[in-house]
Amino acid sequence: MKHVLTFALLALALPAAAETPQQMITGYSAEAARAQPGFAPSAERGREFYQRRFAVSDKMPNCAACHTDKPTAPGSHAITGKAIKPLAPDANPERFSTISKVEKWFKRNCSEVVGRECTAAEKADFIQFLIQRG
Amino acid sequence: MKRATLMILSLIALPAFADDLRMPAKVNPAWKEECGSCHVAYPPSLLSAANWRQMMAGLDRHFGANAQLDPKVREDILAFLENNAARKEAKHSAASLRITDTPWFAKEHDEVPAGLWKYARVKSAANCGACHREAERGDYSERNIALPGYARRAEK
Repeated sequence: MKHVLTFALLALALPAAAETPQQMITGYSAEAARAQPGFAPSAERGREFYQRRFAVSDKMPNCAACHTDKPTAPGSHAITGKAIKPLAPDANPERFSTISKVEKWFKRNCSEVVGRECTAAEKADFIQFLIQRG
Repeated sequence: MKRATLMILSLIALPAFADDLRMPAKVNPAWKEECGSCHVAYPPSLLSAANWRQMMAGLDRHFGANAQLDPKVREDILAFLENNAARKEAKHSAASLRITDTPWFAKEHDEVPAGLWKYARVKSAANCGACHREAERGDYSERNIALPGYARRAEK
């Protein structure tokens, strides 16, 4: 009992551990597998998604419009010109380290660029591509 | 007399546009995060409180983008903007809600050659950081201006 209490207190005292891109892939893959049994993330599909021209938005037809063709390179906002740090976690360790931030940006950018919310499968593939780059 | 001396001293100590470009001493972290990712987090003192209220009421159509926020975060940011908004309303208001359309912006940038706005590096007048190298830190001082194709002001 004492152990449990110590553990609980410790858990409260510690800041939430940073999440990793791999954990996010695992989470999204599990969600995707519910709709699509046997789902496995694919960097190749992720690359195709990253490069695909959705052409929903004139100024932001695809991911590369702001993030460039090379996710390890810095980009710039297609409308405001503001500098954007690289998207790939190996070039910018801040990326894919907080799930709430990742969800916020998927939601915004998917509706803007893809014209709808992205599926869990697309998110898993996307991050898989960014860490492995197919 | 003492008061006059104090007044003169305070005039010398303050940079010329301190009132317009002062950044609040205590910056709201949600504002910095939410209003500073697609563009520089523009100083709250550059628009009137009425303009900020209108802007924050229409985030779902924010200059062509959907920038909707969680209602709690929105309220928090709006309070910060209102508390630090421009006091001189006329100079800092625009029907378009664009800071770049305010009389203050036009006056401050009347020396900028027209061609400079068209540089690829600039892209948009909303891109403060293209010339104001320290805009990210809220520093718009003259000595930190670097116009594209020109030497840094300080070196001239």
